[in-house]
Amino acid sequence: MSKNKDVAVHKTKMKLSTGDKIFNTVNILIMAFICIVIVYPLYYVVIASMTDPVIVNSGRVLFYPVKPYFEGYKTTLSYMPLWTSYKNTIVYTLVGTLVSLVATIPAGYALSRKDLVGRRGLIFVFTFTMFFSGGIIPLYLTIRNLGIYNSIWAMVLPVAVSAYNLIVCRSFFESGIPDELLEASKVDGCSDFGFFFKIAIPLSSTIIAVMALFYATAMWNQFFNALMYLQDDSRMPLQVVLRNLVLMNQANQMGSSGDAMITKQKLAEQLKYCIVVVSAAPLLMVYPFVQKYFAKGVTIGAVKG
Amino acid sequence: MKQKKSGMFKYYLKEAAKCWQLYVLLIPALLWAIIFAYYPMYGVIIAFKDYKIRQGILGSPWASPLFKYFTEFFSTSIAVNAIKNTIVISLESLVIAFPIPVIFALLLNQVRSKRATKAIQTISYAPYFMSNVVVVSLISVFFSANGVVNGIITSTGNKEVLFTSVPEWFRTLFIGTNIWQTMGFNAVIFIAALTAISPDYYEAATIDGASRFQRVLYIDVPMIMPTVILMLILQVGNIMNVGYEKAYLMQNGSNTIVSELISTYVYKVGLQTAQYSFATAVGLFNSVANFIILVIANKVAKKVSDISIF
Repeated sequence: MSKNKDVAVHKTKMKLSTGDKIFNTVNILIMAFICIVIVYPLYYVVIASMTDPVIVNSGRVLFYPVKPYFEGYKTTLSYMPLWTSYKNTIVYTLVGTLVSLVATIPAGYALSRKDLVGRRGLIFVFTFTMFFSGGIIPLYLTIRNLGIYNSIWAMVLPVAVSAYNLIVCRSFFESGIPDELLEASKVDGCSDFGFFFKIAIPLSSTIIAVMALFYATAMWNQFFNALMYLQDDSRMPLQVVLRNLVLMNQANQMGSSGDAMITKQKLAEQLKYCIVVVSAAPLLMVYPFVQKYFAKGVTIGAVKG
Repeated sequence: MKQKKSGMFKYYLKEAAKCWQLYVLLIPALLWAIIFAYYPMYGVIIAFKDYKIRQGILGSPWASPLFKYFTEFFSTSIAVNAIKNTIVISLESLVIAFPIPVIFALLLNQVRSKRATKAIQTISYAPYFMSNVVVVSLISVFFSANGVVNGIITSTGNKEVLFTSVPEWFRTLFIGTNIWQTMGFNAVIFIAALTAISPDYYEAATIDGASRFQRVLYIDVPMIMPTVILMLILQVGNIMNVGYEKAYLMQNGSNTIVSELISTYVYKVGLQTAQYSFATAVGLFNSVANFIILVIANKVAKKVSDISIF
């Protein structure tokens, strides 16, 4: 049977009509165009970060580093505020992801249980937060009143739970853990805690990975909240420092004070590229290995809106 | 009747008591919801008060007239402009950016080599992992006067374009880079819907002599329509919250006329000049308008296609 199918498929592959051929060619061209548009800017930034800024500033289209010039990286790597913010971002991301997981995974499990009294109401309590909020100012005042303004908790707690992630999580537990398993362990006298910690958690490494990834990416990229809820320069995350250096043009203050004006100016342009590379690199290097979890998360979420 | 009701209540209480451990598992998330979602919702009443930090939310006197801050907002030209900008940029995003991931998913599904499909997909969502700050930084270096885009323009003999500072280019850059950032990621859900289509349909269509393009049009498109509509409702439901973080980052003195959105305005008057009540009123207007649009979109979708989110 399957052999027959193979033959059939093979035949249709051989007999491509002219229309299909055109369709395929156009399709391949479109895909190639998309890939270039996505990859080239990223590639260009890397090249520009190590090419003589005079050439970069001439606006030439580059395919490889023309006149290597590494002063930018030297200055970037020795610029302490950047590394302080790097450390902050790493700490915020680690702590934030952990807090988010502790809040989201158990709640997602509880909401997946059909015997939870008041389940529909509780789900609504969370989904409603997706579509309506008090707005920027009331949240800001709440944070001030709680006394967590200008601390790591102002970065971590307000974004600890995302209703969307919670729903994805619930959908996973609903479809991923068979009801029979629960019934069987209940017969054996297993409590809800026991079932969650000893049976559900070990079965849910996928959803934990997905959630960790969703939350960690969001934390790493957080910018606006830092701007609103943090005050000290020493606590700012990478994104804020990146914005100050590249978008507010503070990069020209980075070089050592002994440098001549010309060198400084030359350097400032290259520094922008270096800083962008240094701050975007970690996520871009990790993502090919974790992206399948990302796709999985979106797909699980799509099962139930 | 009354007895029956109290009996029901007792029954529920008993059932709830049985699963008390599940409620314990919900505590952290519920605490978050109460403190960081619902308490601020209660806090919106300062939009109707003359809020003073020392007097607190309850202690501050009511504004007189009650809607003082709303009328104040609507009477400024900045407000009208911010509302207009928000709506225009949202609608443009919806019309231009929404269909692109759908089309991309349909086309990617037609790529015949499995390995190529996977590779293209992986590449396509690389930009999703970059922050808005990185993306706006990229815009600022690529589209600057001596950036590579202007390099190409001047090499063809044209005059350079000041993309980042002229208001005319703001929306194009904003929406264009949005597509770049989110196309691959937004397509994931449609690709998943496409792979769920049974191959029997294609076989039958092929036997009937349908071309590839016809198969896409008459099998794929109708099959993923429910997913498309669902995503459309969700997108419409966030229409007033379009990427204000990115708009704020792209803002500069010369493009505020088009780049000032309601949310960026709230941030500025609220946190930079500490007019809390006024800014809360503006924010509340935004949230309510957004919510009303969502409810309407949901109703329309339910009527037209039987698909809804609640």
